[in-house]
Amino acid sequence: MFRYEKDQDNIVTITMDMQNRSANVINDEFGKLFTDALDKLSKEETLAGVIIASAKSTFLAGADLDGLYKNTDPQSVFNMCEDLKKGLRKLETLGKPVVAALNGAALGGGYEVALACHRRIALKNPKSQFGLPEVTLGLLPGGGGTVRLPRLIGLQNSLPFLTEGKKLKPEAALKAGLVDDLADTPEELIAKSKEWIKNNPVSQNPWDVKGYKIPGGDPRNPKVAGMLPIVPAMTRKKTFNNYPAPQAIISSVVEGTVVDFDTASRIESRYFTQLATGKVSKNMITAFWYNLNSINAGASRPKNVAPQPTKKLGVIGAGMMGSGIAYVSAVAGIEVVLKDSTLEKAEFGKSYSEKLLTKQVQRGKLTQEQAQAVLARITPTADANAVAGADLIIEAVFEDRDLKATVTKESESVMDATGVYASNTSTLPITGLAKASVRPEKFIGIHFFSPVDKMPLVEIITGAETNDETLAKAFDYVKQIKKTPIVVNDSRGFYTSRVFSTYVLEGISLLGEGQDPQYIESTGLQAGMPVGPLALTDEVSLSLMAHIRKQTAADFEAEGKPAPTHPAYPVSEKLLALNRPGKAAGAGFYEYPKDGKKHLWSGLNELFPAGEQLPQQEIIDRLLFVQALDTVRCLEEGVLTSVADANIGAIFGWGFAPFHGGTLQFINAYGLDAFIARAEGLQAKYGARFAVPALLKEKAAKGEKF
Amino acid sequence: MSEAYIFDAIRTPRGRGKKNGSLHEVAPINLVAGLLKAMKERNGLDTKEVEDVILGCVTPIGDQGANIAKTAALHAGWDDSVSGFQLNRFCASGLEAVNLAAAKVRSGWHDLVVAGGVESMSRVPMGMDGGAWYLDPSVNFSTSFIPQGVSADLIATVEGFSRLDCDNYALRSQQRAAAAKAAGYFKKSVIPVRDVNGLIVLEEDEYNRPDTTIEGLGSLSPSFAMPGEMGFDAVALQRYPHLNSINHVHHPGNSSGIVDGAALILIGSKEKGEALGLKPRAKIVMAAHISTEPTIMLTGPGPSSLLALKKAGMTINDIDLVEMNEAFASAVLRLQRDINVPDEKLNVNGGAIALGHPLGATGAIILGTALDELERTGKSTALATLCVGGGMGVTTIIERV
Repeated sequence: MFRYEKDQDNIVTITMDMQNRSANVINDEFGKLFTDALDKLSKEETLAGVIIASAKSTFLAGADLDGLYKNTDPQSVFNMCEDLKKGLRKLETLGKPVVAALNGAALGGGYEVALACHRRIALKNPKSQFGLPEVTLGLLPGGGGTVRLPRLIGLQNSLPFLTEGKKLKPEAALKAGLVDDLADTPEELIAKSKEWIKNNPVSQNPWDVKGYKIPGGDPRNPKVAGMLPIVPAMTRKKTFNNYPAPQAIISSVVEGTVVDFDTASRIESRYFTQLATGKVSKNMITAFWYNLNSINAGASRPKNVAPQPTKKLGVIGAGMMGSGIAYVSAVAGIEVVLKDSTLEKAEFGKSYSEKLLTKQVQRGKLTQEQAQAVLARITPTADANAVAGADLIIEAVFEDRDLKATVTKESESVMDATGVYASNTSTLPITGLAKASVRPEKFIGIHFFSPVDKMPLVEIITGAETNDETLAKAFDYVKQIKKTPIVVNDSRGFYTSRVFSTYVLEGISLLGEGQDPQYIESTGLQAGMPVGPLALTDEVSLSLMAHIRKQTAADFEAEGKPAPTHPAYPVSEKLLALNRPGKAAGAGFYEYPKDGKKHLWSGLNELFPAGEQLPQQEIIDRLLFVQALDTVRCLEEGVLTSVADANIGAIFGWGFAPFHGGTLQFINAYGLDAFIARAEGLQAKYGARFAVPALLKEKAAKGEKF
Repeated sequence: MSEAYIFDAIRTPRGRGKKNGSLHEVAPINLVAGLLKAMKERNGLDTKEVEDVILGCVTPIGDQGANIAKTAALHAGWDDSVSGFQLNRFCASGLEAVNLAAAKVRSGWHDLVVAGGVESMSRVPMGMDGGAWYLDPSVNFSTSFIPQGVSADLIATVEGFSRLDCDNYALRSQQRAAAAKAAGYFKKSVIPVRDVNGLIVLEEDEYNRPDTTIEGLGSLSPSFAMPGEMGFDAVALQRYPHLNSINHVHHPGNSSGIVDGAALILIGSKEKGEALGLKPRAKIVMAAHISTEPTIMLTGPGPSSLLALKKAGMTINDIDLVEMNEAFASAVLRLQRDINVPDEKLNVNGGAIALGHPLGATGAIILGTALDELERTGKSTALATLCVGGGMGVTTIIERV
């Protein structure tokens, strides 16, 4: 409901308080409430002004995505968009001052409502954020955001908020002009709102005042016109033309600022409709809204286990991974024992946290005291007994089974007997490692990505004997350190390392076939991957890949099966034979000159003579299909148990093209039948790695999607 | 089919296209009007015999707006019956005007036409007219727009032309222009620009630098590295994914000069020439245009020239002289490679790097320059071509009669 109250000064306060929700949200119900309130306002005979307020902890969240997500009909999306705007326009042109009393966050549609008011006053609420993040879901602010924000703060100033979805806290929002004033308390917020109404009895937004000019000039201004030609180029540098939203936003702003307000609004609606009914927004909403929400809501966490916060964490191994794990855990308020073979190594591991914290203090993000408090939570040690009482141990030592077994025994003997023991292995099967454990049901894999402090994903791997309590504990820990957990079953390479490797192997195969190395790298980026496959191989190192491959071959042999082959292997062997294992060694597919930028090694062209170059789309298809197909196999084999984990794991884990919405959503968007046909074409040309798994065929036959 | 003949070809000297350029004080309409008056006088022309004045102009706004061709005809006191219009095929506008005039004459629809072009780049700077191509973001995106300078650097990168290759070419343009100017080769067709009193404002081309050295050129900073780094290189590299980076080789010394100038060519049928006592100097054998990939943009001259040769039943060996607008050194080197023309036949009296490129006029200027040189050396055939925005190329072949 909306509370509608008129005071003795004839100021109406409309307090949004939608039922059975923790936040106000723009949906059909909101539309009705808003229209009713507007009707009532327009019938007021003695209205002095209006305050829009919220009874929730936030002001107003954005638009409800459910309806929009399902809608693929341009006309109805366009009409919906126009209807919403009509209401906001009516409020804006009421002739009476309207103040948005921003007690909490106003993002997306919520902030667009605030933009339609004449004054935005924000409570100094540290949790508040203001901005228009629609672009992150492949959309544009369709409620007048691309029309009003440039008119409010200028065309150039508005672009970062619109095209990058930049969000600001109250103080920064004031500086940027996103809000007009700040209030210290909720009471002051209302008092300031009323005072402003009294001082501004007749109110129009600047753009409705005759003679209004956009701050900094419109696109006809030579200064703006001089900058405009490069704006699309700057965008493409980042998007590779794969993201239609920033492009449509720039168009909406530029086209909209040379015409009147109402025409600009209509132009915005048309671009919004194009984005909302397009593939990319559906993909991004699938991944970053539905999939991510379901993961965060604990879809992969056992339901019947109470929350199990980690209090004391033992990290064994203070290398790069261990140091990072110690840091993110200490930041989350967990007491950490960081253990290595010598105190010196352990202290060096702790110094990593010190370095990161100092940077944040310098940037003003933390106070010295806060940084000290985090640091104080990390105890470096060489004493195995120091992890006594730890309710969670994460082992991050070298990928060696014997070493890991020793560490497991050593730690289990002193840690909390009911605690969980986790291995941060990226490749060794958990069930095998758990054999060294005296309580394998308490043994689990928690696979971090490097650098730990930056990478948002953690892959949890359950071994054959891992129980629900153990999984819940690991899951809760990952949430505690504010990362996104996906849960997979034990298997070689688990999910992320396994599918990620298909991408780099495909890239290496292309080189072996005589595709130009730069072309391969550029095409990897064009496909939407964050780094080209050869550069990525250098990062991982060919020697590590060869080590894993040999381990795999030995395991297969032990099982009496032939070792797997791949056309990339002979290429890797050639590089290794020339002692070019990768970046760490200073030589791989790339050269790493000490005094310059890395560049592809010129010898590649002789080693792998150029053949006929494939069309770029063929290479893109190979690089992406090989990942999508192996993801389906992971699902088929039970390594993966959820589509959400597959999609989010791919995007957050190894940067799979976000605009495709993840490896399985990529197949959905491609269309299952079309995808199968294309995969079969690739299989015929390039072999079994493109074979279509039965699960995919079944889904297609049933007309289902992932 | 009747033939189209060139009876006269004249031009203004080219002035530096800046505030301190000699022609900045002269409105572009007067650059044209001065030439129209001279053409009338030189040929004893009864102007009512002329059916049209077709002028290329790339930035037809402000001083150059509102159909500068018809306005100039009126302003020059030509007969009221003379029509006029302005066209824009970017840098080849002046040559396109010639080709259109020739086509109309050859078709028999017209008998006598003035074609040419004008550009006062100091008065109406390049790009002043805006346009959807680069200012409308949706079009900028869909066409993979990059500025021509980055396109020229892209050509150099693709073709492997080094900075030194481009500088050497620029030096040659300066040396050849200086030699031609000193020898008075341009005098015959350059009509001094005069003020209202008849006093001379500019007598000869003023942009070139005869003292240019390879070291001096080598010291200039690349002009397009910064905008390239900001984003345009990325657009180019996404279009050309086998490249790792763009080699930014162009700078003011190996790119065409920004200048003010105009040129006119009198074109007509044999019969009309005979009736008016005009001596045909050459016939326009063939004209062609084509368009190529728009991001690299400046690669049109090769294909358009090969097309014109093919349509004319000729090969490059049948051509005595080739003139190409020297928009950027790499664009000329690319044409040279595409049509396999030796240095001795290509831009023998220098080009726009030395003398300047008044956009709308250049096509008519280089055709006139080629004709003068054919006559001076007693040779027969010439091919004029220009690289054009959007990837186009335009070519005209003439033969002396």
